[in-house]
Amino acid sequence: MGYKERMSGNEAVAFAMKQINPDVMPAFPITPSTELPQFVSTYIANGQMDTEFIPVESEHSSMSAAIGAEAAGARTMTATSSCGLAFMWEVLYVAASNRLPIAMAVVNRALSGPININAEHSDSMGARDSGWLQIYAETNQEAYDNFVQAYRIAEHPDVMLPIMICQDGFITSHAVENIELMEDEKVKSFVGEYTPEHYLLNPKESMSVGPYANSPYCMEAKRAQAQAMMNAKQVILDVAKEFEEISGRSYGLFEEYQLEDADIAIVAIGSACGTIKDSVDELRKKGVRAGLLKVRVFRPFPGEEMAEALRGCKAVAIMDRCESYSSQGGPLGAELMAAMYRAGVTAPAINMIYGLSGRDVTTDMIDGVYERLARIAEEGAKPEDHYTYLGLRE
Amino acid sequence: MGNLTEIRWHGRGGQGAKTAALLLADVAFSVGKYVQGFPEYGPERMGAPITAYDRISDSPIRVHSNIYEPDFVVVVDETLLHSVDVTKGLKEEGAILINTSRTAEEMLPLLNGYKGRVYTLDARKVSMETLGKYFPNMPLLAGIVKVSGVMEPEVFVKEMEGSLRHKFAKKPEVFDGNMKAIRLALQEVR
Repeated sequence: MGYKERMSGNEAVAFAMKQINPDVMPAFPITPSTELPQFVSTYIANGQMDTEFIPVESEHSSMSAAIGAEAAGARTMTATSSCGLAFMWEVLYVAASNRLPIAMAVVNRALSGPININAEHSDSMGARDSGWLQIYAETNQEAYDNFVQAYRIAEHPDVMLPIMICQDGFITSHAVENIELMEDEKVKSFVGEYTPEHYLLNPKESMSVGPYANSPYCMEAKRAQAQAMMNAKQVILDVAKEFEEISGRSYGLFEEYQLEDADIAIVAIGSACGTIKDSVDELRKKGVRAGLLKVRVFRPFPGEEMAEALRGCKAVAIMDRCESYSSQGGPLGAELMAAMYRAGVTAPAINMIYGLSGRDVTTDMIDGVYERLARIAEEGAKPEDHYTYLGLRE
Repeated sequence: MGNLTEIRWHGRGGQGAKTAALLLADVAFSVGKYVQGFPEYGPERMGAPITAYDRISDSPIRVHSNIYEPDFVVVVDETLLHSVDVTKGLKEEGAILINTSRTAEEMLPLLNGYKGRVYTLDARKVSMETLGKYFPNMPLLAGIVKVSGVMEPEVFVKEMEGSLRHKFAKKPEVFDGNMKAIRLALQEVR
């Protein structure tokens, strides 16, 4: 089953792109995702892929070209980061509302300013309401596996939505680590061919894409889009199950690490979860019942399921690698606390902002979070606990 | 984590410290290790101080932070000793390898009281003699393999032979030069 390799996260996602060999890739380079169009172009030049690569003059154009290609009936992908994703904003919504299952590799990087090239989730979190599916990775392995699963989710008839496959800039995108790859044929037969039901270049069916809709129709279209997002939850689980059969690696909407009997838990997204797992193991050796809930799927948001997984906890720290300037925390904190409230999960939950602009996260820092949670589990949360920064210099 | 070895590289942008760190991860992977090789990115430009890291272990590596208490440090450019605290957090049971034509004794006053082992390698000399140009990373890679003991030097030479022969299939002279650099560096590190 598969074979062992060592690769950076960008190499791994590019390798999945090569194996899937989609029809079209319009792209514009931006750090730290630049390597993706670069590797794909090399694969194409070497005759290892026959994807039509479209060099464009901006990210607004790359997403627009992706929309055109996908609407025409071509399986389409692109890649971006940070300001590149921000520059796509307007057309991200067009892709989602026209139900175009484009796959986009997002290598998460801070939005300006100050100008910074390092890991932060502000780019994709900013696009959280654009109607795209979002799946995040802790490792290069997960970034690869998620990209292999991307089209099966996005193109499912019950879903038909574009998908972002996210990983942390530099931390996983540029770090060489062990990985297990799957054989080309296995990936190709898992992903399958794309046969859209409706597409622009179908001479037997004329259609228009992206038309104006009056208010008697618009709201229904948006409700249908919301339904697709709700349907995606089950599709993601079904695809993960099938993926496990061919890879031996299992995925859900989120991962529970030592969470079942945990008194104190951290909820986080992305590469920091590996560091948190090391902390959990050390604390468990000392008899501290610490756990982690690692969010894999952010859109659709598995709020009900995550709230349930946290029901037994006495204190929870929800960690956001992103500031939302709401003056009360980040997006994961806001959404998960709303879900916990709805589910009647009453454990004190605090929201911590961490790792902005690539600020390093160490096991010592995570140990400090668990210490704080242990105190909150005993004494309850004080007002000053609710919204804090981790590792901020005084 | 069983037998975790952590290595920190200090170089200047353009000297190949990142490449050397990735090569070390590569060769450690090829002998069956779990590896992490990664650079720390700042506002890099040619000549600015840069840091790169390696983790090498017998069991899977999950932590995703920089390395603050390395077992070994490699200094690719000795002029950094005046501006960067290269021994910061370096374990005393570990060692530092410095690219210099001077001796370890001469280096000591520049190492902020570091009490562990100090090794030197004149990577410029090795590189000029074997490659005819200044590429310090291949000699230093060989040097840190020997100093750290992450693998047997003979195994390392054999692995590098395989990977470089493949990499430079069309440039046999580059292959020969690099292999000579590796063998000479293994002798010259002291």
